[in-house]
Amino acid sequence: MLLTINSKESKKVSVAVELRHISKRFPGVIANKDVSMKVETGTVHALVGENGAGKSTVMKILYGMQRPDGGEILVNGQSVNFKNPNDAIEANIGMVHQHFMLADNFTVLENIILGAEPKQGMTIDFTAARKKVADMSAAYGLDVDPDVLVEELGVGQRQRVEILKVLYRGARILIFDEPTAVLVPQEVDDLFNALKGLRAEGMAIIFISHKLDEVLRVADDVTVVRAGSTVAEVKSKDVTAKQLAELMVGSELPQPTTHGDTRRPEVTLSLKDVSVPTKSGRDLISHISFDLRAGEVIGIAGVEGNGQAELVEAIMGLRDYTGEIEFKGENIDHYTVAHRHDAGIGLIPEDRQRQALMMASPLWENRILGHQRSKPVMRGFVLDKKATIADTRVIMDEFDVRAPGPHTLAAALSGGNQQKFIVGREMSKAPALLVASHPTRGVDVGAQAAIWEELRRAREKGMAVVLISADLEELIGMSDRLLVMLRGAITAELNPKKTTPEQLGSAMTGAQ
Amino acid sequence: MKNKATKLLINATLLILVVSIIRLITGANDLTSVGTASAALLLSVPIVLAGLGGLFSERSGVVNIGLEGMMILGAWAGGFIGSKHGPWLGLAAAIFFGAVGALVHAIATITFGVDHVVSGVAINIIAAGLVRYLSTILYQGGSWPGPSQSPDIGPISNNALPVLSGGTYFGWKSPDILTPIAEKHWFFISDVASIIRGLTGDLSYVTVIAVAIVPISFFILWKTSFGLRLRSAGEAPIAAESLGVNVYKMKYAGVLISGGLAGLGGGFLAIVAANHYQENQVAGRGYIGLAALLFGNYRPGGILMGAGLFGFADALQLRDSAAIHALILLIVVILAYLVYRDVRKGKYLSASISGLMSAGFMWFYLAVDALPGQLVTMTPYIATLLVMSLASQRLRMPAADGIPYRRGGLR
Amino acid sequence: MKKPSISQFLLALAAPVVAAAVSIVISSLAVLASKKSPVEAYKTMWEFGTQAGSLLEVLNTATPYYIAAIAIAITFRAGLFNIGVEGQLRLGALFSSYFAAKFVLPPVLHVIALFLIAMTVGGLWAAIAAYLKVKRGVSEVISTIMLNSLAVGMTSFLFSQYFAEITEGSNNLTTKTLPASAQIPDLMPLLNKLGVEDQPGGGVYGMLLIAIALGIAFWFIVNRTRFGFELRASGANPIAARVSGVNSKKMTFIALVASGAIAGLSGLPTILGDTHSYTMGFRSGIGFSAIAVALLGRNGAIGMAFSALLFGFLEVSSRALELIDIAPETYVIMQGSILLSSVIAYEVVRRYKITLQSKELAKVVAA
Repeated sequence: MLLTINSKESKKVSVAVELRHISKRFPGVIANKDVSMKVETGTVHALVGENGAGKSTVMKILYGMQRPDGGEILVNGQSVNFKNPNDAIEANIGMVHQHFMLADNFTVLENIILGAEPKQGMTIDFTAARKKVADMSAAYGLDVDPDVLVEELGVGQRQRVEILKVLYRGARILIFDEPTAVLVPQEVDDLFNALKGLRAEGMAIIFISHKLDEVLRVADDVTVVRAGSTVAEVKSKDVTAKQLAELMVGSELPQPTTHGDTRRPEVTLSLKDVSVPTKSGRDLISHISFDLRAGEVIGIAGVEGNGQAELVEAIMGLRDYTGEIEFKGENIDHYTVAHRHDAGIGLIPEDRQRQALMMASPLWENRILGHQRSKPVMRGFVLDKKATIADTRVIMDEFDVRAPGPHTLAAALSGGNQQKFIVGREMSKAPALLVASHPTRGVDVGAQAAIWEELRRAREKGMAVVLISADLEELIGMSDRLLVMLRGAITAELNPKKTTPEQLGSAMTGAQ
Repeated sequence: MKNKATKLLINATLLILVVSIIRLITGANDLTSVGTASAALLLSVPIVLAGLGGLFSERSGVVNIGLEGMMILGAWAGGFIGSKHGPWLGLAAAIFFGAVGALVHAIATITFGVDHVVSGVAINIIAAGLVRYLSTILYQGGSWPGPSQSPDIGPISNNALPVLSGGTYFGWKSPDILTPIAEKHWFFISDVASIIRGLTGDLSYVTVIAVAIVPISFFILWKTSFGLRLRSAGEAPIAAESLGVNVYKMKYAGVLISGGLAGLGGGFLAIVAANHYQENQVAGRGYIGLAALLFGNYRPGGILMGAGLFGFADALQLRDSAAIHALILLIVVILAYLVYRDVRKGKYLSASISGLMSAGFMWFYLAVDALPGQLVTMTPYIATLLVMSLASQRLRMPAADGIPYRRGGLR
Repeated sequence: MKKPSISQFLLALAAPVVAAAVSIVISSLAVLASKKSPVEAYKTMWEFGTQAGSLLEVLNTATPYYIAAIAIAITFRAGLFNIGVEGQLRLGALFSSYFAAKFVLPPVLHVIALFLIAMTVGGLWAAIAAYLKVKRGVSEVISTIMLNSLAVGMTSFLFSQYFAEITEGSNNLTTKTLPASAQIPDLMPLLNKLGVEDQPGGGVYGMLLIAIALGIAFWFIVNRTRFGFELRASGANPIAARVSGVNSKKMTFIALVASGAIAGLSGLPTILGDTHSYTMGFRSGIGFSAIAVALLGRNGAIGMAFSALLFGFLEVSSRALELIDIAPETYVIMQGSILLSSVIAYEVVRRYKITLQSKELAKVVAA
């Protein structure tokens, strides 16, 4: 059914999806103010904007995972009201999520047919399913082995499974949420070829991204969203990347930059041949060595899953390693996690809800986390509640944490405010070394600017920072030095002042 | 698949060989007698039913510690209805009452988000108290002989496999080849014969049904659309939700089925394994069923094996005390094997602990001639602990098991 | 909003009130099912239960519940589940009664020795589960229950075969009576000074004071010390706790062993206050009721105190029900329904609190 559409028919210009003035609020943040968009059939339509501009939210609304507060959605000219993804699926809309929604312990085939299983009497007709998937794979160049467990697949292959999932259900309108964030250039090419094939079949493709060069490569039309509202709807052949960037950013947004050379002669952190071996022989991180001085920011770039998380764990003592780590001149290999915290290493972990907060506890109790062995929280071996609450208030003021007070539960705060709180908590003990893992991920632009400012100030005062990030602008703008990690090893050292995001991206994927 | 089946056959043969040898050394013929095998099968039924109950619940993502309470409700209902309206209706009532207990657990955990273990423990406490209360009322009302015991329930008939084990079909009593072989006490051959005879003779129809539920569970969970969706609720509920699966419904289904199966297990204890309901009849078998679930790594076949193992330990306490004495020797051998395995892996600390325990059990074996009755009743619990200590490492539980689920991924 | 406001306070009260209401409904239905009048039942219970003698009995009944509940709460706070408290307390009670009767020490020291034996035995028994959890990853839910059944069997075996003797002049089987130096004096003389008259039913166990002291210590350690914070963090978010420097294996081990040690003490109130030896009639089921008390009291020192008193009151006052031909076991239904409805109510309130705060937050931010 999918393969025989008369391409002449699809030339008739029809609007597959139209969004009119969509608005959506969450507690503490306005995700969408006024978003409008017109997607024609047989086109690839890009939706671009900065982090936190509202792109993901409006697409979740289109897919039925959220309800809009205001506005209208039309699919193929008809007004629709989706209550759940089932409704959207029935309207032939499919979504390929940014964070893959796959069951690791299921096979590829089981993941694809879940919720739309072909039946033969009482049982699932696996043969029919397998055939349909094989046909689709061949038609669109999306090769996968249907009987393999998803947990064994690489990232590019998992994405293919996600795409097959939506095609299997007869989607004619496909939404891709930041699909290239985790792909290497070869996989990006494969994906774009597949997109072109789908477009030729008359499908409408919505492509969310903030990578402008890719957008211009593959999209026909572009809608630009800024601070929750549509600011432009253009054809890709009519604009340049620079113009798009200006539209995305407006003129007010501060850039991540650092000024001057604040490096001091003392070496704060020194890694000598640090590796994390595994039983299967492959090293998770392999022979890492570098020296980090006081007042210096070292950026670690790399596609996710190349050892950055393990590096952080090794420095913090959460993982065993071989080699040597020295902090302020002392070997800390035998220091426990607690000891390393107390010695002056601060950590902003990658996943704040999982690794840095007790969601059901008030902010003042969260203030204690990581600092339960020293002042001002402790007085002897007793917790000083009064001092802790007072100090929490200070942190909230200094770091602009928007919440009613120290007794607010962490779960009630927005992501940006939670992150500002965590940054404030770590900075409050003036650590000599700060390990910041994706410090502005999932954080609104205002909070992002605030966090960058804090890092800048601390750097001037002599704090050393290990900065791990997937945001290339952030890495280039904030670092004094750049290291690239690939497959657990450092494969390049770059001068951020002389590196463009494109060059960094290439280095990260190993292409030279 | 071929490899797994052959490996299983080899391991089983080795195990029977070792047990045979121990039987010869100690002269405890009861270790592999027909009676013991038969009792082992009988007592493994409630455990396998509880384990399968746990399977459905946990595969849908809800931890169910309350299996014990649901079994208690089932046993009581089996006694209550069974003594009045016959055994089959008693079993039906047992399933129903178990499911009602499960419904409470489901509402608390799925709709209200109560911690799964807390809810399960609460259900166990409440169930025990509730049945005691109801029994007291019935006793005071005159219909029950005691405040903790129901009147007798009629029996469900037994049968056996034809030709091999002397079953009766339509009035014709077939020959019984295995029994004479078993009675010869020949090394290994008689052991195998008596085990098979024990497993295929004097079978209650309910036992056959219960064992049949094992492959049926496999079929439902892995070959039907319902099963796929149920498992997805436990592995990746957000993904399932995004594909339109009603995750709440699947979890409710999983928990209710779990209660029904546990209830059936309890009813079995009251109606088939005994002939009336007795307080404390369930005696922790709901928890042992959970242990079987973990031992079986969340798969029906594994649960059956685990239940067989625990059923065997449970059965021995009813038999000759010499058999239990011989069992200690078996434990010594198993622990010695563990020491060997740990030393080869370089794990000297666990090897020395296992070695110490092995030596301890050996001393115990030599020092004590026969085990006193009270200690014998502890066999299944010790067996469970030992098995759990050895097998817990390689578990693969459903990825979202025990995590409270809310639509849209809220907290 | 600086401190928890009135609405927060009302919210905290909402859960127990709703739970109590639901429980009354369920219990009334149970009484109706046996064709009796619920109003009669409650009236009888209240009249009997509020008599001075009954109230003293309530204190005595509640004391072991409270101590055992503290033991359980230590683990619950850490995200663990020690549900084998029954076995730990029996072993502790048996071993300490038996061994402490074998020697004589000056009075206070003798009691301390008794306590130490009970705590050591309980702690060691729990240490088995702790070791299995930390070293072998065995779920402590299963291991503590298995150990529980083992302990019950072992206690009865050791008691009847080795530890007990027939008391002269009767057929009772008990351990040797504890000498006076190992007994804790009754609290009646103290209460007399406060104006409470002697009651025919007996006095008040001296161990009540120890229970209160334990409660205060529990509250202080859990809420005001670093160890207590790390315990709570391990329960709230074990990953974040580990990242913050908590040694999770050590914490698990300490929590379970400490729990077992305190549990060992909870079998002693009756022994020290009444029988002065371990007898056949040793009260069973304390361990399981204590789980309900801990859950009902939300693992907090004051909440558990109220819950223990409530459970005790229900038990004692329902004895009077026999007089109007209602099964005294009705209290079991009351306890069960309170437990269930409060566990649900707490969760509902928790979620509502977060939603409420989010809304307040939105107002602040939008302003």
